[in-house]
Amino acid sequence: MIGILASVIDGVLVGSVYGLAAMGLTLIWGVMNVINLAHGAIIVLGMFVLYLVATALGLPPYGAIPITIALGFALGVALYWIAVHRMIGRPALMSLLSTFAVNMVLIGLGTALWTTSPYNVPVAMPGVAWQGYTFTGTHIMAAALAALIAALLYLLLYRTRIGKAIRAVANNREGAELSGIPTSRILSLAFGLGVALAGVSGTLIATLFPFTILSGEAYQLKSFVVTVLGGLGNPAGALIGGVALGLIEGLATPFMPVSWIPIVEFGLFVLCLIAFPHGIFALKRS
Amino acid sequence: MKKSIIALCGAFAINLSPIPALAQDTLTIGFTISQTGKLNNDATAQLRGIELWRDEVNANGGIKAGSKTYKVKLVSYDDESQNTRVQQLYTRLIAQDKAQFLFSPYSSGLVATAAIISEQYGKVMITTGGAEEKTYKLGNKNLFQLYSGAGQYLAGAVAALKEKNPKARVAFVYEDDPFTKAVNGATKELAKQAGLTIALEESYAGSTTDFSPVINKVISSKADALLGGGHYADGATLARQLHEQNAGMKWVTLLVAPDSPNFATLGDAAGGISVPSQWEPQVTYKPDFGPDAAAFTKAFTQKFKIEPGYHAAGGYAAGLILQHAIEQSGSIDQAKVAAELNKMDVTTLFGRTKFSTDPKEHGLQIGHKMVLAQWQKKNGALVKEVIWPNEAKTADAMY
Repeated sequence: MIGILASVIDGVLVGSVYGLAAMGLTLIWGVMNVINLAHGAIIVLGMFVLYLVATALGLPPYGAIPITIALGFALGVALYWIAVHRMIGRPALMSLLSTFAVNMVLIGLGTALWTTSPYNVPVAMPGVAWQGYTFTGTHIMAAALAALIAALLYLLLYRTRIGKAIRAVANNREGAELSGIPTSRILSLAFGLGVALAGVSGTLIATLFPFTILSGEAYQLKSFVVTVLGGLGNPAGALIGGVALGLIEGLATPFMPVSWIPIVEFGLFVLCLIAFPHGIFALKRS
Repeated sequence: MKKSIIALCGAFAINLSPIPALAQDTLTIGFTISQTGKLNNDATAQLRGIELWRDEVNANGGIKAGSKTYKVKLVSYDDESQNTRVQQLYTRLIAQDKAQFLFSPYSSGLVATAAIISEQYGKVMITTGGAEEKTYKLGNKNLFQLYSGAGQYLAGAVAALKEKNPKARVAFVYEDDPFTKAVNGATKELAKQAGLTIALEESYAGSTTDFSPVINKVISSKADALLGGGHYADGATLARQLHEQNAGMKWVTLLVAPDSPNFATLGDAAGGISVPSQWEPQVTYKPDFGPDAAAFTKAFTQKFKIEPGYHAAGGYAAGLILQHAIEQSGSIDQAKVAAELNKMDVTTLFGRTKFSTDPKEHGLQIGHKMVLAQWQKKNGALVKEVIWPNEAKTADAMY
């Protein structure tokens, strides 16, 4: 019983980081109806920011977070104008291909720079021991930071003029344009925010596990599951979806072989798509 | 006048043709290597071993077969760690690049795919980096395995563990792939025969990134030893999380990952982790031909600025074995070289090499023996020590 509880707690801790990763994906989808297939590659770039900051520059590992947010935002805005802007309003396949191309370029550059060898950034952080089970300090810290970043995003979206503009563009781009909102600039800001969120989730994941330039694929797939669970286009739902996914992983693991967990996850993904095509916590759009 | 010029040219031709020392050709050896994808780390080491062999052979004049000498030309492609690429590329290597002999890709799964193609075309392939035995039990005639079979991998770990704790409770946690499943199946039987208790058996997908749920299961099972792992990425993550979650394991043996020098980047998490190894730089085999382990290690370290692991030594030894077979047969004819490999029983820096000629398991490695190495802290630095078998050990096992 204690083992099950320990698994559930671990699941929730990691799930909140999955949720943060998915928030970037769902924000971009919600605002501009673009599925960013470079999401996994951007998560990995966030991991390498941690590696460079902690290993090459010798700075404290968590010091990488503001750097990743700043670099991620700048990269996101640049990517929007280079690869996404002209795809807005066109068939979904166009933006899928465009972001997939960006994904291939980023992975290719990353492979040339760092090869596909594994990297590890040891982060010393005391954990909490309980009944023979240890909850690592890095997991607790990652979950707390994911919740904090999600809260800051909420404040940005609901308590600032830029946030209001982003929501206005998401709800009705033409209406927002008529109200004098520079929608293209707002879309680029939203894309920058989405990329920054993906990057910072990568930085947090890299404090937990070793990684390679190819690690993003697994997290991108999880982000899709989380996005569908949490509702397409709903950043707060993504966090809940992430925690729910972690909870399901934690609850299922004690009762079945772990190799079955992906089957449960993706089975759930398909069921959600059938029962709730826009996700369980989908926002109503006017 | 015209006649005398023709006669003069003819005399030159006659005079030049019988000088065998000048008859030098190229021998093309084809293979794929995982330059990208999840097998990149171990496959790169294998490639470096092969390249070092090629450079040394060519620097010494090439491979001598009868009256001819052949410079070695390697043709290789990136298989992206994917079976589908191996299938396409081995066909290309044989049909378009006219590779005369083949080396295998890295990992049992890819070797099995490459073996289908090499057998279809009747090409001799030395397999290095593939330990699963099933591939050699399918009636193949031109496949020759350099590594000890998967069944041997954890035999030393079971024996060493039994010596430390005959009542150990073992958790088997392994990647769900052909090689690790084969290792696990054989080791479970060995553990039962040794009287050890199997507390848990869990397989995981190769893409697993978080082992917390598995480790909680290990803790719940009250296991005090863990055997398993898979390849580099998952093995390194499992080792790190076992350490961070204080799983309380007194003995951990993981496949493949701890053999890489990169494993030391895990720091304290690497301490005490043991790895079955096909070869270690400290081994003291007396080779029948080629350099000994110390000379190979020195040359490899000089060239690549990193100490070789067994994947690198395996790549080098694959070249040596093929070279020896060609030189002994005095030909590059596939049938003659295969016949030479069939009767081969030699020792190189990699240890003894002898291939089974039993039609039921033709080409299976039956001469080579494995060692068990463990990461230990010496003077504050992590070093790998051989801890099993007792006659080859360089340090006592940490338990």
